[in-house]
Amino acid sequence: MELAKPFPPGDYDVVVIGSGPGGLQTSYFLHRLKVDHAVLSADDGPGGMFRRFPLFERLISWTHSSADVSRQSREYESHDQNSLVADEPELRALVPQEISEGHRRPAREEMEAGLRAFTERAEVAVRYGCRWESTTQQDDRLVLVTEDGEYRCRAAVFAIGMTDPWVPPIPGLELSHHYVHVENAPDRYRDRRVVIVGKRNSAFEVGEGIVRQGVRELTLVSPRPPDLGRLARSPLRPWYLTPYDEHVRGAPGRYVLNASVERVERGASGYLVHANDPTRPEPLVLEADDVIAATGFEARLQDLPALGLATVLDGRLPALSPFFESLTLPGVFFAGNVTQAAQGLRKHGVASVSSMVCGFRYNARILARHLAETVFGTPIERPLVEPDRVVAYLLSELDRAPELAMQKGYLARVLTVDSAGIRDEGILPLEAFVDGEGDGVAVTLEFDVDEEIRPVLYVRRRAVLRETVLPPHPLRKYDALAYREALDELLRPLS
Amino acid sequence: MADVAVVDRLAQLTLFADLRWPELEAVAHTFDEDVFGAGQRVLRQGISGGAFYVILEGEASVVIDGQERSRLGRGDFFGEISALTGEVPIADIRAETLLRCLTLPGPQLETFLLERPTVMLRMLQAEARRLRDSNRWN
Repeated sequence: MELAKPFPPGDYDVVVIGSGPGGLQTSYFLHRLKVDHAVLSADDGPGGMFRRFPLFERLISWTHSSADVSRQSREYESHDQNSLVADEPELRALVPQEISEGHRRPAREEMEAGLRAFTERAEVAVRYGCRWESTTQQDDRLVLVTEDGEYRCRAAVFAIGMTDPWVPPIPGLELSHHYVHVENAPDRYRDRRVVIVGKRNSAFEVGEGIVRQGVRELTLVSPRPPDLGRLARSPLRPWYLTPYDEHVRGAPGRYVLNASVERVERGASGYLVHANDPTRPEPLVLEADDVIAATGFEARLQDLPALGLATVLDGRLPALSPFFESLTLPGVFFAGNVTQAAQGLRKHGVASVSSMVCGFRYNARILARHLAETVFGTPIERPLVEPDRVVAYLLSELDRAPELAMQKGYLARVLTVDSAGIRDEGILPLEAFVDGEGDGVAVTLEFDVDEEIRPVLYVRRRAVLRETVLPPHPLRKYDALAYREALDELLRPLS
Repeated sequence: MADVAVVDRLAQLTLFADLRWPELEAVAHTFDEDVFGAGQRVLRQGISGGAFYVILEGEASVVIDGQERSRLGRGDFFGEISALTGEVPIADIRAETLLRCLTLPGPQLETFLLERPTVMLRMLQAEARRLRDSNRWN
């Protein structure tokens, strides 16, 4: 007998849309905080984008099978960028259990299996096969219209991923296949000439995959040079860069070009791609049997922009507050990959890793606490920290906190000071502390301008905020005398 | 990949007035876009690592020690002094409306200007005007 679907249409405090890692992680934390919510998904099972992508290659994020800490510990999260996180040890580190021997990055199927295992063991309930179709506002409620009926809620969390194809308005580019429609069949690109428009991860991933399939000629073309000089802050990862390596070494038929594509047209056999490199006198004409548009993705925001949702990047992402709420539509929140739109301070141009599981799994905990407290008035635990334990606690967080290690310059451990003493506010967006009020301290790990990783302290006393960038440590061990002395000195005004 | 609309908007800004289409497209690809809500801070007095910003739409205020000193609007830019000197900003820049900016990480501004002398000249002219105006107030 088929079980009844959970979450029938009706009234809920929160509705979460999506059953990818962002939706699952958000539902898990909302459940921990006892926030009544429904989870709806158009898919027929958990996994989100990992049900389809990446197309050819393993993921770019690491999971180390061997580590000096227990897999069930919080510290192990820094060794495993792919699992969802949980308070219960038995729900942690589920992706490494799926990875086949000898690999340090999961295949798509292994990632999907890890997410399925989390859904089952954490008992995350989802109403599958229930597509969100449109949205209205009624009094202080949002109404999400689905194929099963209407869901009314005080806050909605859209964990919708960023997997819809986005194609720039280049004449003829509609003749190409977008990344999402590329077939991974063994001989599809054998002995063919392929032009890929784009030079980000998806472009290199397809390039890497079809080089293995025996492509004859491969050209990647887009205006912006690949960002390889600053590897720590570049989204590109070396595992996909065979086409680039072969290009710079002059392998026949491997080209990575910095030029803007002006138009694509059908030629005598296949296609002609017309490109313009502003540093060269004449235009380039590339002949191709196949053209692939790896030009990026957008979130499927449906009718939210028509309701007043402000967007960035040509409408591809919503404009978000530091707590992942729309800047213009109150009660509309986002989780998962789309939280990359909440950019934080971006010091020295360093972006968050909120586009990856290892970043947004922590954003989900922050979002759930924020929703519980601000929308529903649920008290959040803020334990007192003994004054003589503060320095040791902050140093141990710099040493071990996976949130600080993953989300550098974006998430911070925050303590505040009030009449009762020093309180642990938890992990918060650094921007929220820096732009907040009241006495307190935040610690982060950050890349400096030369990509060195440094601990940074932000101390606010009597409305004056002071930033102190501490020296790097070659083994990234901050529980050392020099740091203890520095923190003692910097925190003295707060005690 | 930049939208044609972004390139068109760039073409209307004084800073980029001397650039032709392919160069404008390259600029659009070099900069990122960022949107801030009313009241949100964009640059922060005393905090390192800021970027260079050009306002595409909306209004911002320049705030020093909590006191508003001036207003900025479409086509105005800020953050270049910290980006070029490596010193921390001496003012907050606060969005007064929904504020849409083009942004370039501070460490990339020098190279960007060296590759585009006409943009550097436009920036120098704007800085000269600011210096003249500040001398008048004093």
